[in-house]
Order: sequence, then C-alpha cells, then structure tokens
Amino acid sequence: MIERGHHDMGGLPAGKVRRSEHAYDDWELRVDALMMLLIGVVGESRRMTVDELRKNVEALAPADYDKMGYYDRWVISLTQTMIQRGVITTDELARKLEQVRGLSPISRRKRTRRR
Amino acid sequence: MKQAAGRYEPYSYFQLMEVSLRELLVEKGIVTEDAIAGAMAAMRERGPERGAAMVARAWTDPAYKARVLENGSRAAEALGFEVPGLKLIVVENTPQTHNVIVCTLCSCYPRMLLGLPPEWYKSRPYRSRVVREPRKVLAEFGTQIPTKVRIRVHDSNADMRYMVLPMRPAGTEGWDEARLAGLVTRDCLIGVAVPKIPKNAKPRKS
Amino acid sequence: MTLEKLGTVPLYSIGDRVRVRDAAPLGHIRTPFYIRGHAGVVERICGAFPNPEELAQQRDGLPAQPLYRVRFRQQDVWPGYRGNPADVIELEIFQHWIEA
Repeated sequence: MIERGHHDMGGLPAGKVRRSEHAYDDWELRVDALMMLLIGVVGESRRMTVDELRKNVEALAPADYDKMGYYDRWVISLTQTMIQRGVITTDELARKLEQVRGLSPISRRKRTRRR
Repeated sequence: MKQAAGRYEPYSYFQLMEVSLRELLVEKGIVTEDAIAGAMAAMRERGPERGAAMVARAWTDPAYKARVLENGSRAAEALGFEVPGLKLIVVENTPQTHNVIVCTLCSCYPRMLLGLPPEWYKSRPYRSRVVREPRKVLAEFGTQIPTKVRIRVHDSNADMRYMVLPMRPAGTEGWDEARLAGLVTRDCLIGVAVPKIPKNAKPRKS
Repeated sequence: MTLEKLGTVPLYSIGDRVRVRDAAPLGHIRTPFYIRGHAGVVERICGAFPNPEELAQQRDGLPAQPLYRVRFRQQDVWPGYRGNPADVIELEIFQHWIEA
C-alpha cells in the first residue's frame, strides 16, 4: 500500500524476535565509519544528512529491503546519495565497479587494509 | 571478502560497492583512509559499559541520578564520555513502571554512547511488535513484566535518543560502582532485560 | 537548537491534549503511520529542530520546528490492546504534525 512506507512497520504483525548477535565484518564497520564522516558527525567530510541516508534506505524496493542486510542497505543508500548530491557520477561508479570487480581475488584481498 | 586465511569468497555486490564508493571518495579527497580508520577505532571504544557506568553512579549518588534524568547527554559528559550531537533522554524504571526503547522506522539508538545496536533491535519482528505487544516481546527475551506494572514504550522516531535507568536489584547493598556496573547489560539499557544478580555470586565484602 | 535562540514560541505546552494529523503524504516522514490520527498528552517540549522531511530533500529544513514528546495510551492506539490500562507509548511529534 503506497500510503505506508515499507519501513514504517510499527504495529504490523511479525514473527518472534530472533535474538541474533552479529560480529560486524570490517567492511560493515567501514560503511558505518563512512556514514559518520559523510553526515559530518566527526571530521570535515560532511556531504549529506542522515535524513538523506534514511530517505534512500526507505526508497529501496520492499523485497530488497527485506532481503538485504543492514549495512547492505546503508552502502546502497550512501552511494545513491553521493550520486544525487553530484559528488560522484553514475559513470564514475560504473567504471570503478568494473575496475574493482575485474581484479583477481588476491589483488582484491590486498585492496582492503586490515584494521 | 572473508578474511579467513586460505578462504576466498567472492565479494557481494554490496562489498564491491563499499570498496568502489570508498576508493572514489578517497580519490576525490573527500575522505581519507586514516579518517575512516579513526572513525572505526572510535566506534570500537564505545559500548554499553559506558551506560552501565552511568547507571552504577546514579544508583550510588542521588545528585548524579538527578543529573542523568535531567539531561542524559550532559550526565554522560560528566563521566568523561564524549557524545557529540547526542540528545539523550534517560527513563527510569520503578516498581510501578518499566521502560523499553525501540525505533520502529529504522534503528535509532544512542550509538555515540553505547556503540552499535544489536541485530535484533534493527529487525522487523522487534520494530513491528514491541510497540503493540511489549509484554509478549519482553517475555521472548525471558523478561516477565507483570500486568500491574505499567509499561512505557519509547519510539525514538525523531531527534532524541533513549536509555533505560534500571532499578537497582535487592541484595547489592554495599557493592562498589564497578561491581554494580557489571550487572547492567546492554539489554537492560534497552529495556528488554533487568539486572540480575548471578545465581552463583558469592556474598563478599566490598 | 533551543526555542529561546530561535525566538520560536511553541504552540503547545506540557499537559496539553493534542491529536496527530491523519495524513499520508509522500517523501521522507518521521511520524510513524500507526500514530496518525491519535490523541495524546504533551509530556515535554524537546526543543526546535530542522524539519527532517526537508533535510531529506537537500533543503535546510528551517525554520526549526518545535518537537514535542507526546504520550499516548496504548489502549487508545491499538484495537483490542491487552495489558495495563496505564500502559503508554511515547513518541516525538513535530508541531506541524499536530492538528490545529
């Protein structure tokens, strides 16, 4: 129903709470850190608001919203926001994705410093 | 990519996106790898033990308790915790009232004090159901709130963030702050649990 | 931002009975669907904040809007609610979401 955002779920029926705990992978912590920097909570890199982050998460198709992990949603939202803000272009992103994807597994492993 | 030695799994689309976004932003001088590392390190430092320290101090110092209930952020700063931008409201459990926190719209949580929220807090079942049937959801956490106790559910839907000040358990007379803080888990600060003295705790002088 | 700094005089006071507008617009909204159309009591005035609906659209959200914590009885919000009649749910409602 279009009148109610898929994220706006207070009071809707749902199953039992799965008390899952999750040790965050480094890439997820990097997404979190990037968010903090880009919304300007810390540092000098403010380029967006947390409201845009939320808006772009809410814009995900319901089936994707449900299937995606939390930081999956955030990284898509951050990237969409950067495109909307003109910080990056779709074409730049396409070329970078190709470049990153085209590297061998060993090179890909080296691209991310252990922290 | 899983970092386990010898195990390679292909990047997910989302992991590829993270690498790509980060590299583009670094190339454009918008962020640096050091700043990202710094923000990650800062988040690792935050955790529920900070909230627990505030609770333990509030339990032992009535003047501090008043400060906590008046302005949670300033009370956090008074213990040396930097919480830029956090607007914290602390809500007190009493024998008549139990508090529980949620963000139905996303996952708002007092991250700048307590660190990252648990996965279940961000999940559909919790966000959907705790506003409507809090006692049932709390029971799924093993927490029984009698019907005669009033429940206040707080939906952090806008700018404020919330933390519960649980009741101090009986049998903790004379305990020092560190020992008291050990009773206060993250789940107590969210309101899905209450502090309990471990069954095998030996009585000891403190 | 404090109300004093902005010279904003909030329309409502602690203890006032207020009703949330029963609207379903588009865009980014921080007033949950489940509370729209319901009436509650102002528990506190949180201050004034830029409008998140506008911030989400790359606008500055000014002038800042008074934000209220409003307390609702669960039995008023949910049909067939079973619990303590004194059970409540408390949310932050922006002034422009309160019915005149």
